[in-house]
Amino acid sequence: MRVALSVACFDDVLFPGTAKAVTVLLERLGHEVAFPPGQTCCGQFHWTAGYHREAAGLARSHSAAFEGCEVVVAPSASCAATVRDDYPKIARTARDPGLARAAEALAVYELTEFLIDVLGVTDVGAYFPHRVTYHPSCRSLRILGVGDRPVRLLRAVRGLDLVELPSAEECCGFGGAFAMKNADVSVAMVADKVRHVRDTGADVVCAVDDSCLAHIGGALSRLRGGVRTMHLAEILAETGPA
Amino acid sequence: MTASSPGTTPSSSGRSGPVPAPRPKFAAAARPELADTRMRRNLRGATAALRGREAAAAAETADWEDLREAGRAIKDDALLDLDSHLEELERAVTEAGGTVHWAADAAEARRVVTGLVRATGAKEVVKAASATTREIGLNDALARAGVTVRETGVAEMAVQLGEDAPSHLLSPAAHRDRAEIAELFRRAVPAAGPGLADDPEALAAAARAHLRDRFLRARVAVTGANFLVAETGTLVLLESEGNARMCLTLPETLISVAGIDKVVPTWDDMEVFLQLLPRSSTGDRMTPYVSSWTGVTPGDGPRALHLVLLDNGRTRALADEVGRAALRCIRCSACLNVCPVYERTGGRPYGPVHPGPIGAVLTPLTRGVESAADASLPYASTLCGACADVCPVKIDIPDMLVHLRGKVVESRRRRPVPTPEMALMRGLAWTMGDPRRHEAAVRRGARWARLLSRGGRIRRLPGLLGKWTEARDLPAPPPESFRGWWDRTRA
Ligand code: SF4
Repeated sequence: MRVALSVACFDDVLFPGTAKAVTVLLERLGHEVAFPPGQTCCGQFHWTAGYHREAAGLARSHSAAFEGCEVVVAPSASCAATVRDDYPKIARTARDPGLARAAEALAVYELTEFLIDVLGVTDVGAYFPHRVTYHPSCRSLRILGVGDRPVRLLRAVRGLDLVELPSAEECCGFGGAFAMKNADVSVAMVADKVRHVRDTGADVVCAVDDSCLAHIGGALSRLRGGVRTMHLAEILAETGPA
Repeated sequence: MTASSPGTTPSSSGRSGPVPAPRPKFAAAARPELADTRMRRNLRGATAALRGREAAAAAETADWEDLREAGRAIKDDALLDLDSHLEELERAVTEAGGTVHWAADAAEARRVVTGLVRATGAKEVVKAASATTREIGLNDALARAGVTVRETGVAEMAVQLGEDAPSHLLSPAAHRDRAEIAELFRRAVPAAGPGLADDPEALAAAARAHLRDRFLRARVAVTGANFLVAETGTLVLLESEGNARMCLTLPETLISVAGIDKVVPTWDDMEVFLQLLPRSSTGDRMTPYVSSWTGVTPGDGPRALHLVLLDNGRTRALADEVGRAALRCIRCSACLNVCPVYERTGGRPYGPVHPGPIGAVLTPLTRGVESAADASLPYASTLCGACADVCPVKIDIPDMLVHLRGKVVESRRRRPVPTPEMALMRGLAWTMGDPRRHEAAVRRGARWARLLSRGGRIRRLPGLLGKWTEARDLPAPPPESFRGWWDRTRA
């Protein structure tokens, strides 16, 4: 299958490893990966911050960049949720039926949905001999409803020791603009999240959203927490010694 | 310190009473609360316990989702023809011997209630818990009129005796632990005695003993109401201690203050809400005391019944096509108990009226977003969505928050000089609106970011982004972006 990759704007710059891992992984599974060059940003940040006119502009150019693609895979639950759940609202707010139609035509999948629901694979042949815990990000959990798909993929990874995260479903406190507008509350929330992560004794905390991981990782790094953050795709791309 | 008078918004007549100092924005108001570790521990304990009970109560009801859907539908229907339901209610209440008063805003409601109390000549009123009377700042108004208000619920008494501000919709003293409340009672309630234990029964008994002759002597009672049944003119109130029932039955004059959004069309509708509300608010199958009363009956209960119907911005909220769904709220407080922001700040930073997620939408919906404090409320959320998941009447609070943020931004667009945030967001959108501009900016930005970093981490960012690095690092951008890698290896 020819898969169009949708890369979050900050992933492109800050976490290029995530999209590289998806590319390597999908190619390993025998698929062709395309990176439509017109893409910049899905507009989520502007939409949730209240800049709805700007968000509409970005949503238009984002949809245009993927026009005609058979499937689009986004290794970012929050971007996938934006296209699927927010674009109809953005179109309504902007009174733009064209945008609504364009958004509906996009078949956007979050990575774990794509692997399990579309490709029908749970064991992607990965090898990762580490103790790992998984943080279910809010948008993956409550907007996309990815459920236990990420956990099923992790369980199939050879050598991986999956440990449960206490209070896993509680928000890490990132929330886009929230992390800056309400920095104190955001920090109080991530402090609890980081405490839970360290309680697991895991070497790695993973998620399907680099935005949350940047938040959790930023706090871990400040505390010299000794736990690494990785996107789930980076774990799935690992094959270890052949 | 008492809560500032909430009635003096620009939209309501701000004539009565002194002009309160402007409320701080949410972030500023949250700071002292975050630092109060005892309060945070109490609140975390209270909300976690309620969360567990609520989840269990919802899980044991096989048709919970159907009930939620029914609750949503009934409220939406009621709101759609609100005017005709309210007229029906007024007719039914009047026929049953009661009197209906309409109050457009908090100031008018205060005037009506104060006037009604004055007319009885009473110098003291007993009062049952009511968010609506809190909303209109009634206690302060009655005090100014020389009337002593006796709160009769344990939590309200604790807040009143401690000259505290309430922090939770249903249990206003959720930020206090039982030891603190018992200590307060030992000091301020003579009947409690020095040996008062701090279990809930002992506290309720002490409150009752303290209030017994006050109840018996009281000539006027003030309460709220959870539901108003239009077809019969019936007021319905749910509570756990029984003090509200005393307020309903013992005094000669009963004054109930309720928002116009409390109306439901028929008695049948109560079947749904009497299941939804207790389960969502306390995790109980049924509330210990459910009282319903219709008009007056000679020789039984109050001789005069006054229902004060309060608008105070509710029709303004109703006019908002996205926001109007917030008026479905049955004030169960389930959304507070699952909100990670509320859990850490308590209710007070949300302002004097409604705490928690529902407060973050109801307050700006009913008051507008003109003041900086009200405009900060829609941003007091990470949009994690936990509130929407539990709401028994399916209010999509995150959706409403985003909608209100849009209103806040629109109101800022009219300013002659854009705020730094506005300039940044517009600039960002302009840059990202075009792939070439975007790429050039990314390359420039990454270079700068690498200059600011040390050991692969950025520990201090300038300007608006500095808020991020106060307590969190940011990884330095790697030398090659994904785009760069793609072009080098695949294109
Ligand atoms: S918004 Fe929903 S969950 Fe929150 S108090 Fe109202 S009814 Fe309850």
